[in-house]
Amino acid sequence: MKRAIRALTIALGAVLAVSSGPVRAQEAVKIGVIQPLSGPVAASGNYIRMGAEIARDWINAKGGVLGRKVELLIEDNKSDPKEAATAAEKLIVRDKVPVIVGAWGSSMTLAAMPKLEEYGVPMVVETSSAATITKRGNPWIFRISPPSEMEALGLEKYLKDFGIKQADFLAVNTDWGRGAVGAFGDVLKRSGASVGAVEFMDQAATDMNAQITKVKAGTADTLFLTTSVEQITLVLKQAQEQRLARKVITTGGSSAPSQLIKQAGAAAEGTYHILFFLPWFPEAMPDGKLARAFVDEWAKRGHPFDGLTEGFRGHDGVLTAVEGVRIAGKPDPKAVREALWQVSVMGVNGPIKFEKDGPAGKESGQSKPSIFIVQVKDGKIALPAFAAKK
Amino acid sequence: MDQLLQHLLNGLLLGATYSLLGIGLTLVFGLMNVVNFAHGEFYTLGAYAAFAALTLASVGFFLAIPLAIAAGALAGAVCERCLLRPLRGQSIDTVMLVMIGVWIAMQNAELLGWGGVAKSVPTPFPTQPVVLGPASVAPLRIFVFVVSGALILGAHLLLARTKLGRAMRATFQDRETAALMGVSIERIHTVTFAFGAGLAAAAGALLGPVFLLYPSMGDLASLKAFSVVILGGLGNFAGAALGGLVLGVAEELGAGYVSSGYRDAVGFLVIVAVLLLRPSGLFARAERVG
Repeated sequence: MKRAIRALTIALGAVLAVSSGPVRAQEAVKIGVIQPLSGPVAASGNYIRMGAEIARDWINAKGGVLGRKVELLIEDNKSDPKEAATAAEKLIVRDKVPVIVGAWGSSMTLAAMPKLEEYGVPMVVETSSAATITKRGNPWIFRISPPSEMEALGLEKYLKDFGIKQADFLAVNTDWGRGAVGAFGDVLKRSGASVGAVEFMDQAATDMNAQITKVKAGTADTLFLTTSVEQITLVLKQAQEQRLARKVITTGGSSAPSQLIKQAGAAAEGTYHILFFLPWFPEAMPDGKLARAFVDEWAKRGHPFDGLTEGFRGHDGVLTAVEGVRIAGKPDPKAVREALWQVSVMGVNGPIKFEKDGPAGKESGQSKPSIFIVQVKDGKIALPAFAAKK
Repeated sequence: MDQLLQHLLNGLLLGATYSLLGIGLTLVFGLMNVVNFAHGEFYTLGAYAAFAALTLASVGFFLAIPLAIAAGALAGAVCERCLLRPLRGQSIDTVMLVMIGVWIAMQNAELLGWGGVAKSVPTPFPTQPVVLGPASVAPLRIFVFVVSGALILGAHLLLARTKLGRAMRATFQDRETAALMGVSIERIHTVTFAFGAGLAAAAGALLGPVFLLYPSMGDLASLKAFSVVILGGLGNFAGAALGGLVLGVAEELGAGYVSSGYRDAVGFLVIVAVLLLRPSGLFARAERVG
C-alpha cells in the first residue's frame, strides 16, 4: 500500500513537471502599442488598434513568432503628448516590451521619443508625418509612414495636372500641421506656384469661420488642408456656408473620404485627398492580394469601412515590429533594433524597408511608403484621370 | 470691408453659441456656488440625446431638441439628488472634486456607448447659405441664433419674474430665512441644478448639428462656458449673454487680423484684461461691501 502511494506521488509529480514546463516556454512575445483611444482623435486610434489586432491574429494563425504567440499590450495616450510619454514608460518599465508601435500624432510621437532613447527600446512609427521625428537623431525610431516632405514630393508629379498658381494653407496647430505647411509650400514654390494665406487652427477647435473668411479674401485657387477627418468635415461645411470656391487638397492620409461624403455631403464634392491606402480599389495596391484580404477581414469583423484608411497602418506597424523580433531571434530591444534595419516585408501599403535618415551616427529608420491621390466625384471615391494614367 | 462684415457676422454667431453655453453654468456656478466641471458633459449628453431621438427613435428635428433638454434636466436632477445633496454644507473643494469625477465618468460613458467616431446630426435645413451682401450664413445657424436668444431671455425672465425664480434666488442668498418663508430648500436645489443642466443640454442639442458629435466635445464647451461666466460675472444672465458675444467677436477678430494660431490666446487676453480691470465681471453691478 505504502509503495503504491509513493509510486502514485512520483507519477503525479512527473505529470505536473511535464505539463508546467512548456507553459513557461510558451510565454507570448509582447508588442507595445500606443494609440489615442480616447480624446479628440480617438476614432483614428481605435481603427489602428483594429488593424493591429488583425495583424496579430494573422501572425498567430501562422504559428506566431519564434514559436510563441504574439500578444499586443495597447496603451491609450488620450490624444495627449504627456500621456504618450507616460504610456511609453509604462510599456517599457512595467511590461518590458521589446518593441513599440505608435504613437499616431507627431506631437505624441515626439513626446514619447526621449523615453525610447532613455531606456533603449525601438518604436515603429505608423502614422506621424512631422519631418523632425526622423531628423532629430533618435536611433530608436523606425518610421513606416511618409513624412510630409515625402508626401509633398509624391504630389509634385501631379502639380501640372492640378494647375495650381497660388495655394492657401489651413492646418492644425501641431508639429504635423506646421511641418506639412513647410513641406508642401517648398514643393509649390519650386514648381513656380506661390503660397498665399497660411492659417492654423487648434486641434480641438470646431469653428473655423474666421480662418475661412481670411482665406476667402485672398486670390488663391487651391486650399491645402492638413488636420483630422473631424476638422476636415467642419472646415468643408463651413467653407460651403461662406461660399469659398477653392480646389481643396487634404494631406496626411487621415482624411477618410468615405466618412467625409457621409458627414459633409455636398461640401465634400470635388475635393482631393492624399492617401496611403485605397480600400475602394485594393487591386491597385502594390500587393493587391494582401490588400484585398485585409479589406475582407476588416469587413468580416464588422469594422466600419471608413476606418480602413487608418486601420492598415496598425497592421503594417505590428507586421514590421514582429518581423524585427523574428530576425533578432529573441525579444530583446537592442537585438530588435539591429534587426529592424534588415526588415524587408510587404505591408498593405507596399514594401517596407528602412533607409537611414537624420544626423550621421544616430540615424533613424525611414521607409518609402506608397502615396496615392483620390477625388470625391458624384458622391463617390474616384481615381483622378491624371493619377490613373501615371 | 467685406471681410470685416463676414468676420463680425461670424463672431456674432459664434458668440451666441458661447452665451448659450455660459447661461447654464452661470446659474449653477453663480447661484448655487457649485463649480460644475461636468457642464460640458451635460452639453454632450444633450447633443447625443438629440442624435439618439433623431436616428434611433426617428422623431422630428424640432421634437428632438425639447427631448434632449428634458434628458439633460433629468440627468441633472439625478446628479444633484444622488451626489450633491449628501454633500450639502461641505466645502466648495469637496464638491468640485466630485464634479470632476462626474465629468470623467460621463465622458468615458459617452465613449463607451457611442464610440470615438464623430457623428453628424441630420437637419431639415438646406445647406445652401443665405447671402447677405458680401457675407453669407447657413440657415441652421440663424435658427440656432434665434433659439439661443429666446432661451437666454426665457431663463432670465424665469429667474427674475416668476415665483420659482424668486424662491431660487432667496434660497441661495439665505437658506434659513428662505426655509422659514416656506420655500422647500431641497427641492429648489434639485430644480436649479436640473435647470442649469437642461440649458447645457439645450446648447448641445442646438450646436450638435452645427458641428460634430464626439465624446470629448464637452471639454471645449466647458472651457468656453467658464470663460463666459468669468467675463459676464457670476450668476449674471445678461452678463453671460453679452460676455459670450464679446468673447466670440474678440476671438474672431483676433484670428482674422492678428493670427489664427493665437485665436484662443486672444480670447484669454480679453479675460485677463477684464479680471484686472473689473474683477467681478464686465457687467457686474456695483456691490455693497460688508
